[in-house]
Amino acid sequence: MSTVGVLALQGDVREHVNILQSLGADASEVKKPDQLSEIDALILPGGESTTIAKMAVRFGMFDPLRSAIDDGLPVYGTCAGMILLASTISDSDQPVIGALDVMVKRNAFGRQNESFEAPVDVDGLDIPFEGVFIRAPWIEKVGADVEVLAAIEDHPVMVRQDKILATSFHPELTGDGRIHDMLLDLV
Amino acid sequence: MVETGTDRVKRGLADMLKGGVIMDVVNADQAKIAEDAGAVAVMALERVPADIRKDGGVARMSDPNMIEEIQAAVTVPVMAKCRIGHFAEAAVLQALGVDYVDESEVLTPADEEHHIDKWAFTTPFVCGARNLGEALRRIGEGAAMIRTKGEAGTGNVVEAVRHMRTITNEMRAVASMGDEQLMSAARDMGAPHELVKEVSETSALPVVNFAAGGIATPADAALMMGLGVDGVFVGSGIFKSSDPEGYARAIVEATTFWNEPEVVGKVSRGLGTAMPGIEMESLQDSERLANRGW
Repeated sequence: MSTVGVLALQGDVREHVNILQSLGADASEVKKPDQLSEIDALILPGGESTTIAKMAVRFGMFDPLRSAIDDGLPVYGTCAGMILLASTISDSDQPVIGALDVMVKRNAFGRQNESFEAPVDVDGLDIPFEGVFIRAPWIEKVGADVEVLAAIEDHPVMVRQDKILATSFHPELTGDGRIHDMLLDLV
Repeated sequence: MVETGTDRVKRGLADMLKGGVIMDVVNADQAKIAEDAGAVAVMALERVPADIRKDGGVARMSDPNMIEEIQAAVTVPVMAKCRIGHFAEAAVLQALGVDYVDESEVLTPADEEHHIDKWAFTTPFVCGARNLGEALRRIGEGAAMIRTKGEAGTGNVVEAVRHMRTITNEMRAVASMGDEQLMSAARDMGAPHELVKEVSETSALPVVNFAAGGIATPADAALMMGLGVDGVFVGSGIFKSSDPEGYARAIVEATTFWNEPEVVGKVSRGLGTAMPGIEMESLQDSERLANRGW
């Protein structure tokens, strides 16, 4: 059985833990660098990306996260997690892990009143995924090694690059484990 | 088919704020300080509760100019307060594009019998509660997030603790009841039966619950997290302290590491003076903001 860590500096950690457990994986919260050596895969949850980034800087998490991912730790980022993984954020100089070769635009779909649900066609899934987009980002540019798995109005909202997976939306709020399963398959 | 304003996106934004601190701010400069410290959101209001308490008079929704200045200054979600029952203020806040509306007892109530029908809005609402019945009434009206009322503007955490312990104890009691007891419990609490039944089945509130009302130090935030809240609102505690930047940052860090006393201790060192507090016994019943709400 795989052990999947969920970065627990801030955000919807519990929802990810619940869905991982429903898929039969072990889930544990990760707050400190030494916990990264105990896991087979990592989730960067939804939350406020500026807060998570600040806490990661203050508590020395950025370099250990970067080297764990460089060393091949499978990782999945939802919303804020996608922003943290990106190599560039348009209109922002907040710190990033930078492992995923994309440019992300924060709050690209708008403020909360523009938050929405819509079915998303995902490459490799027969039935569309219920997409829950909350003040969601989209991807503006992708690098050569990045595969776009889903898009909304031509804006990529789900991508994969080697063992890195990222979505603008929140599968953890739906109870549908198909995308989390993709992460477990990367282990 | 694209749908906005669904339960899932309204309640979902509160899920994204969990483990974080939402700070009261009265202008763009304060909002920037809050964001730089790591706040997950800011709450725009015309005066912090300690000043509302001191100055008296009718406390209302903030000037829309001020709210727009704050929206322009930060990228984190911007919340704003309206008066209890004042659906026109709430509609203005929705039109301004705030991310959450707080129908708040800290402002002077506009309706002494009714709260706002919050289902009618796309923008989600947070409301205060002292006990489970009050929390479920607000959720029944459409609130997508709950906070303890505590006693705002006092810098005294005792009422927030009381409210959180009451909600937890009542949830435990409901969870242990048989189905045949739930209608009487719903009647006694003045809460919708279907929500009482849901709490009985899940042993949890259907929405996110933050602490509010009297949190003034990093240890106060850790205390409330230890009592099981999902996150923390800090009102006067930041900008009425001797070092707002320091307090803001320390309270954020203590909220994340609430169960690691060495971290809470480290961030509490040399912070200077916390906001002056008020002893509950010195307050008249009429001065207690938590009594507002029906």
